Amino acid sequence: MTATVTEIHQIKPNNGTSQALPELSLSTHSVTLGYDQNIITDNLSVDIPEGKFSIIVGPNGCGKSTLLRALSRLLPPKSGQVRLNSQDIHALPTREVAKILGLLPQSAIAPDGIKVVDLVARGRFPHQKWFQPWREQDQIAVESAMKATGIVEFAQHHVDQLSGGQKQRVWVAMALAQETPLLLLDEPTTYLDIAHQIELMDLFQDLNRLQGHTMVAVLHDLNHACRYADNLIAMKAGKIIASGAPKDVVTEALIENVFGLPCMILEDPVSGTPLIIPKGRQVSSSCKL
Amino acid sequence: MNVDRPHTLTITNFVSHYSKQIICLFTLALVIATLFFGQHIAKNAQDIWQLVTGQAAPYQSIVVWQWRASRLFAALVLGAALGISGAVFQSLVRNPLGSPDITGFNVGAFTGVLLSIALFGNLYWFSVLGAILGGLFSALLVYLFAYRDGHSGFRLIIVGIAISASLSAFNQWLILSVSLETAMTAALWGAGTLNGMTWIRILPAAVLIAVFIICAFLLNTRMKLLEMGDDTAAALGVSVNKTRLALMFVGVALTAVATAITGPIAFIALAAPQIAKRLENSASTSLGSSALVGGLLLLSADFIAQHSWEGSTLPVGLITVSLGGIYLVFLIIREGRK
Repeated sequence: MTATVTEIHQIKPNNGTSQALPELSLSTHSVTLGYDQNIITDNLSVDIPEGKFSIIVGPNGCGKSTLLRALSRLLPPKSGQVRLNSQDIHALPTREVAKILGLLPQSAIAPDGIKVVDLVARGRFPHQKWFQPWREQDQIAVESAMKATGIVEFAQHHVDQLSGGQKQRVWVAMALAQETPLLLLDEPTTYLDIAHQIELMDLFQDLNRLQGHTMVAVLHDLNHACRYADNLIAMKAGKIIASGAPKDVVTEALIENVFGLPCMILEDPVSGTPLIIPKGRQVSSSCKL
Repeated sequence: MNVDRPHTLTITNFVSHYSKQIICLFTLALVIATLFFGQHIAKNAQDIWQLVTGQAAPYQSIVVWQWRASRLFAALVLGAALGISGAVFQSLVRNPLGSPDITGFNVGAFTGVLLSIALFGNLYWFSVLGAILGGLFSALLVYLFAYRDGHSGFRLIIVGIAISASLSAFNQWLILSVSLETAMTAALWGAGTLNGMTWIRILPAAVLIAVFIICAFLLNTRMKLLEMGDDTAAALGVSVNKTRLALMFVGVALTAVATAITGPIAFIALAAPQIAKRLENSASTSLGSSALVGGLLLLSADFIAQHSWEGSTLPVGLITVSLGGIYLVFLIIREGRK
């Protein structure tokens, strides 16, 4: 019984309290990443700040998704090390990693006709042992994950009946049911309409601020990244060009350098964060700023 | 979107709701028919009762309990093995075409048998061993040739078909180059039949199959997680490559053992999981119902094989191949439309 209690204590993200988790760190140490002979990034070192919402941005092919795959243990580095809580992530058993680090991959396939609640329940796998029946703490985890993502009303629906935004929330709920203090998100808002994108980003922010998850996301939309990130990591050609609070690092020069995009930076009237206005070629003379 | 569907009593609803009971009843009827029908063994219920209680004449008893019962048991066990093997492969490659009889593991098993007959003569257990080794070897070939940064399901199928074709050619060459007697033995085995089944032959295989079926059930949860994509499964703490290798081994072993005993029996592994899925009206194929449907399919096919031709018994492989051909055409057309 005592063992279970400690386990819960270790796994549960701190619910808004300032009490920190025992230890949580994720970093890469001069890793070389790539597929086959194709090296995508060389000698890359990144530190993921604990308790923060980090967002990785960069042009297509800059290695941001590759970096996320390496951070989530999906891609073993060719050299260097990815360390989770100061241990080589590939030396740790998959299951142990899955108790600390959750991932929302791009390529998740919902099995035909599975019910929402059953899909979310699959997030409990790393906490279950052989022949162990469904426990009360599993049920609680699944229910609170569905509550946090606002999908309780769909619990008995089939996943394939849901809209894109709802589906994505179901996958987030599955990752939440895993009860990991760390959550990695690979382009979570791609293919969603703008309302669902904002809704989902708000949800991630809540998870970060209210439930204390350390979050890392790869994102395409720069303005969303600026608005939601505590820590923005800008990548170009496999290198990190800048990282820090968006307010401090986002400049016209940086965007021009990273994306090759001439732009203007305004202050977002809603959040006060940088708002990037691309100039493009066809600047209308009537609205010169 | 009302989840509670109205309970109209249509045939489909009825079938899907009582699918397990219907299958069990049908199986029971077939079991009785297989054991007691034909060849003037039992004329009425009294004769059957005497057979069941062991008061029947020795000849009748031997026919029923030594020959027919072992054959029936073999059909159920081997059918179940093939059904589970098919379910495992279809889950692994996420495609209803992913079946050991499409990817040619049973052709590989036949190669093993041929080599064993050619090298050691017609020794039953050598053939069985040859079949298992041949099946595993062909699976290994497919696995290695299809590997490129992990395995995509479709590549496994295509490579499997290619390997299967080459092995078929090799088998043909072997049959043509060995002695006539050896070729005849091989051809008999190659037809796929339950003829001449005895308890001695089926029981050791049944033990092996039981072990592999238990392994399959132990891997079931991981298998379901793998269906969601390698990344998702890995994120949930499944060791993707190890699990896939273990599942492949179990799937190949089940097919190989079954093939070793009877010769290649097509269609069961391909169709049983899909039929089970439709009967259950459920999302994913369950191992249990695939096994049940597999056993029932092989039992029915064997019943047809024994009773369709007056005075002689067809190889059951012939029946399943004919049925399987029709089903395969249907499946390919439907997949093509997607």
